[in-house]
Amino acid sequence: MKARVTITLKPGVLDPQGRAIQNALGGLGFAGVESVRQGKLIELDLADGTSRESIDEMCRKLLANMVIENYRIEIL
Amino acid sequence: MKSAVIVFPGSNCDRDLAVGIERVTGSKPVMVWHGDGELPEGLDLIGLPGGFSYGDYLRSGAMSARSPVMQAVIKAAGEGRAVLGICNGFQVLTESGLLPGALMRNAGLNFVCRDVKLTVANSQTMFSSRYQPGAQIVMPVAHHDGNYFADDATLDRLEGEGRVVFRYAEEVNGSARGIAGIINDAGNVMGLMPHPERLIEPEQGGTDGRGMFEALSAALG
Repeated sequence: MKARVTITLKPGVLDPQGRAIQNALGGLGFAGVESVRQGKLIELDLADGTSRESIDEMCRKLLANMVIENYRIEIL
Repeated sequence: MKSAVIVFPGSNCDRDLAVGIERVTGSKPVMVWHGDGELPEGLDLIGLPGGFSYGDYLRSGAMSARSPVMQAVIKAAGEGRAVLGICNGFQVLTESGLLPGALMRNAGLNFVCRDVKLTVANSQTMFSSRYQPGAQIVMPVAHHDGNYFADDATLDRLEGEGRVVFRYAEEVNGSARGIAGIINDAGNVMGLMPHPERLIEPEQGGTDGRGMFEALSAALG
């Protein structure tokens, strides 16, 4: 089975990289980009039957830093 | 004083830290590899050095914080042994939960590598007792992820409890409330982004870093 974990910065956490991407898009002539937030995508190949709870624990213990990040799990 | 310096794959200030500790305190630290599950007996001080452990993969300090030796460091910290994390060592301390908050990408996105002015915000700790309260000192920084972040309640608590030990006296990396170094609530775990171990001898351009190791030597014998 496969799972996909999307990690994003929590609302309110400053994202200087997102800001730089926004500025670069403006520089390329794309008008109207009002905000950019960047994050991480992690794809996991897992043994069949791995529980969502176990993936959730992986996120909390390592994949995401709960001080600054949120995560979303999709089982594919 | 019996001390150890932890060596992670990608540490690059481990020798500087070991030499700094030895020059100031007169006793040579034991170098401990990150894969070791145990620390030497009877340590007074554990140093987590600067560098780019695990290539800063995932997040700076994230991999090292989960290495076998960190379980032993967390246990030692719980027993009241002094733990000093410098630069990447500070990132490892926040990632392991020994210190609150997180160190994010510098606000200006640039790697900052220069001498910066610091203010001693609390000189009543075992790490800072040799500095005058409010003194302005100079230390080098060299980091990409030194932008300290914590929620407002945590920042208020850190400030209210005197746990901000060093502040930047100039804009460096966007750190919340200018925080350069903090201490845990028990007062035995300290993390800072600047490098005191790089300012031990006049030949290094100054000696403002000696105070930290003199303070530790006075506190720990």
